[in-house]
Amino acid sequence: MLEARDLAIGYGRYQVGEGLNLAVRPGDILCLLGPNGCGKTTLFRTLLGLLPALAGGVYLGGTPITSKRRAEIARRIAYVPRAHAPPFPFEALEVVLMGRTARLGAFAQSGRPDREAARKAMDRLGIGDLADRGYSRLSGGQRQLVLIARALAQDTPLIVMNEPTASLDFGNQAQMLAQIGTLVRDASVGERGVILSTHDPDQAFALNARVLLMHDGGVWTDGFASDVLTDGNLSRVYGIPVTVETTGSGRRVCLPSLTGQSTPTITSAALTTA
Amino acid sequence: MLAPSLVALAIVAVMIGPYALTPGQTLASLVGQGDPQVAIVVWNIRVPRVAAALLVGGALAAAGASYQALFRNPLVSPDILGVSAGAGLGAVAGIFLSLPVAAIQFSAFVGGMAAVGFVMLVASAVRNTDRTLTLVLIGVVIGALAGAATSLLKVMADPYDQLPAITFWLLGSLAAITTEDILPALPMVLVGLVPLTLLRWRINVLSLGDEEARPLGIEAGRTRFLVMSAATLITASVTALAGVVGWVGLVIPHIARMLVGLDFGRVLPASVSIGAGYLLIVDTLARTMAQIEVPLGILTAVIGAPFFVWLLPHGRRGWS
Repeated sequence: MLEARDLAIGYGRYQVGEGLNLAVRPGDILCLLGPNGCGKTTLFRTLLGLLPALAGGVYLGGTPITSKRRAEIARRIAYVPRAHAPPFPFEALEVVLMGRTARLGAFAQSGRPDREAARKAMDRLGIGDLADRGYSRLSGGQRQLVLIARALAQDTPLIVMNEPTASLDFGNQAQMLAQIGTLVRDASVGERGVILSTHDPDQAFALNARVLLMHDGGVWTDGFASDVLTDGNLSRVYGIPVTVETTGSGRRVCLPSLTGQSTPTITSAALTTA
Repeated sequence: MLAPSLVALAIVAVMIGPYALTPGQTLASLVGQGDPQVAIVVWNIRVPRVAAALLVGGALAAAGASYQALFRNPLVSPDILGVSAGAGLGAVAGIFLSLPVAAIQFSAFVGGMAAVGFVMLVASAVRNTDRTLTLVLIGVVIGALAGAATSLLKVMADPYDQLPAITFWLLGSLAAITTEDILPALPMVLVGLVPLTLLRWRINVLSLGDEEARPLGIEAGRTRFLVMSAATLITASVTALAGVVGWVGLVIPHIARMLVGLDFGRVLPASVSIGAGYLLIVDTLARTMAQIEVPLGILTAVIGAPFFVWLLPHGRRGWS
């Protein structure tokens, strides 16, 4: 459904990555893993058609995304940005309602069915009680849930999430992962595809996701988490020794070595592009 | 609630003046009856002036609300893109060349639109990810250039005849306004309000910023251009009519947001009514508080500036 073929990404003359291939269909979970500055956000922006591809192309339903109007894209892909400090203190419900924009005529206001869809999306994530609260007064985790509710109200077969668990506490992270798992196979609306980025390889195991392991703007390797997330690959990509162990209950977890780190992995380039 | 009080305010404003009228006289004259001498005062002097104050105040507040949503910045006013500076230069050039009043209005309008057109042209040539910042910066630059040209014309102008007229115009005034002056501005303002009203939902979404508005299905560049053009048309039309009246477009949208919340569909009509009422009160003060006419721009600044200072710590409800 959403495909990238031999994609090169970047800003003008500054190339961030190249040779990227991926495909996501409803029912898929694709997990983007890679160190800071490896180009995950740039890849998202290119996949959404916000940034022109430097080479190759992004195809939505077989046609180049650049040939589509924004409303057409927005009816098929929803984007969940990282929870941010908003410039306006809209109410949470108003923020969710904005997800309905692509379903409205150019000059239309949101109406009763849109409000119902927005409320339903909030209830679905268990945040119905936040509807009338000011968005700017919510905690980072609540804001993230509101933005996901907005994506649900957008009612698209694909959802792109930029680090959806980044601002969540330990418990909410687990709940968020469970939500994402059920979103993909939601009996009421059919299957959805989800692309998400994360800094925690354990989440890819927990979601049993397909993984795109990125390194220096390219795909280091891709495949199912159980095949791809190995000691060797993780150690190489993140630059520290990592071991993958299986717990007593059968879950796999990644354990980074905290001793004997040679060089700091955060570079100035990573900080500017992050 | 706002509309009836606006009407009452307008009727009171018609009554007040050097030739004071009773409510009975005023109402009779407004429905076409009563003393013919009163009718001349009402219809030739007071009504055009009151109508102009309502039009200019409402228009500037509408443009200000639009620009603030568009630029996601509460400190933005309708002249952010150099409209006022361009219109000022156009009017001053007209006065300098001793053109008739209608031609001065026209050259002010052309100056304002040309300044903004130039800003957009330069901005489109600059390759930068932050389009909003680029626009504002170039607006400041063009505004400074137009200001320099205006100052040059002031130095060269006849100090006894032209300079007072220029100074008065740059401070904003509705003195000696006639129905003929208002008629060209009114349709322009109405035409500008149409896209602002129609796009009210999209303006809400745009206020999240392009990076979020585009994935939600908005052609951000095109919509932004349309809204900006409409707000500029409105600002240039009323600036050509009344001169440079500051602060209304900056302060009134804040009050509107505090009263009705953030939905642009409600902020726009609230801004228009409050702005219209506010400028009517200020203009009535301007023509009655002293022997001479006080320029509008002075009063709006004297009232607006302290209010804005008060707003900074207290008005956080209207903004994050």
